[in-house]
Amino acid sequence: MSPMPSVVEAGRWLRDGETTAVRLLEGALQRAANCEAQIHAFLTIDRERALETAARADADLADGIDRGPLHGIPIALKDNMCTRGVETTAASQILAGYRPPYDATVVSRLGEGGAVVVGKTNLDEFAMGSSTENSAYGPTFNPWDITRVPGGSSGGSAAAVAVGSSVAALGSDTGGSIRQPAALCGVVGMKPTYGTVSRYGLIAFASSLDQIGPLTRTVEDSALTLEVIWGHDPLDATSYSGDYPDPKAGLDRGVAGLRVGVVKELSGEGYEPAVESAMGEMVSRLEGAGVEVVEVSLPSFEIALSAYYLIAPAECSANLARFDGIRYGHRGQGSTTEGLMSRTRAEGFGPEVTRRILLGTYALSAGYYEAFYGQAQRVRAAIQEDFTRAYQQVDVLVSPTSPTVAFAAGERTANPLAMYLSDICTIPSNLAGHPAISVPVGLDSQGLPIGFQVMAPPLGEEVMYQVAAEVERFAGFELAPTLQEVAS
Amino acid sequence: MPVEIDIEHVARLARLDLSAEELEGYKDQLGLILEHAARVQSLDAEPHAENAHPLGLFNSFRDDVVLPSLDRDEVLAAAPETAEGYFVVPPAMEGE
Repeated sequence: MSPMPSVVEAGRWLRDGETTAVRLLEGALQRAANCEAQIHAFLTIDRERALETAARADADLADGIDRGPLHGIPIALKDNMCTRGVETTAASQILAGYRPPYDATVVSRLGEGGAVVVGKTNLDEFAMGSSTENSAYGPTFNPWDITRVPGGSSGGSAAAVAVGSSVAALGSDTGGSIRQPAALCGVVGMKPTYGTVSRYGLIAFASSLDQIGPLTRTVEDSALTLEVIWGHDPLDATSYSGDYPDPKAGLDRGVAGLRVGVVKELSGEGYEPAVESAMGEMVSRLEGAGVEVVEVSLPSFEIALSAYYLIAPAECSANLARFDGIRYGHRGQGSTTEGLMSRTRAEGFGPEVTRRILLGTYALSAGYYEAFYGQAQRVRAAIQEDFTRAYQQVDVLVSPTSPTVAFAAGERTANPLAMYLSDICTIPSNLAGHPAISVPVGLDSQGLPIGFQVMAPPLGEEVMYQVAAEVERFAGFELAPTLQEVAS
Repeated sequence: MPVEIDIEHVARLARLDLSAEELEGYKDQLGLILEHAARVQSLDAEPHAENAHPLGLFNSFRDDVVLPSLDRDEVLAAAPETAEGYFVVPPAMEGE
């Protein structure tokens, strides 16, 4: 496949008059037309609306109005972000046909930044899953090997960026849902510090963990996209209103003199040898570049997954109570209000969402709250304390993003616990609310991408991107999925 | 340690009208997941306070002023059944 441009390249071409926003969009739509039958990255593509936005971006540039780095750039949105008048389903039957009466804050910000929304991408229903197989509208497949999963839950966004059906995309990350699919699809995926990107208009899964972030071809694109979408928003009560770092400031600074911690608990049993050796090689490269490498132990990570699978379902069971067939979405039959609600929900939710609602309801119910939910919240505090202790010694922490490369479609669907283990490296950053990024560092012997994770303290995006940029330079990774395009 | 689950009670609390067969399947899966989740009990609880926001934010308030809200007709247009500007639901209780 011919390479698609990065945000930076496309922006340069636009300003040099070598291309137009309409031509960039047409390129992305053509790529989607050629790839969708095999990978199914999108749930909705609104061609007319996108072409109108692109034409407006071109007219603005011609008039000397430049809205910044995303002006005229095709961007895809995970379908759990509300778009006014455009179907938003969160990949659930219960929201089939739902057209929100408002835009999510990130959608408004992309609009103000001149970005062109290509379409809405596929996900695990309500962002619950690690393979994009839980979508009510059928799975997404990995463009590097279409018999495998793209990861999840932002698998559609990751696959769309990997094939160039979009130059960049937004995803949401509750336990790794941006970083893990980015790793499995060979793109850059980043979860910002909790509270820095508004959750207004993001269909809630677990509110204390959910965070929107970018999926891009390069580290610099990631920083540029983040700058457009983040910032204080009075519409989100958990939004951070203090000073924000400059994510671009360290991109060209190199890493000499930094201290990098390798997390002891995120290695060993369950980690594929190819993942561990790519990890070790990159750490050696960093050491060669003047980084002080330290092995650090964060013992609470051993029980992070257990805490996550109590806290996230508990919050999910509360958040998803709103889907009752009264105000929007699917409605089942019932002779009483409660009967109608119970039927609506049984019909509308898929198995994984049902399982998590039941799990969360149990964990919050009388008699079990203290032993499960209360204790999980204490584990969360212990994780934050372990991170704080580690960051007294080091500037960033590193680990694999996922213990394995992309696994076969269907391999883990019958075993929820095996699926949950996909997120073991990414969950601690969500529980602590810290930023983290996955950068592709190479391929295994089967030609499948491997991701390298850089974690940083809260509001540590500058040093996180500084290290990520160096990792990217050392890896020299080429985004060239093996998918054969089918001419449309 | 096996975990005791009254799955019918949990499903009722969650407002999920599931068949006996479905409930049995979920009960088995929940048992396995909760057995793994029970590892949180290995943490010495004493020194750790429950915690949420990493930046230490608490409540945030806005000024108590009236602002425009969503358009009523647009909101009602998404509902399965409406009448005279209201959502329509079946009776809350059984009976006539």
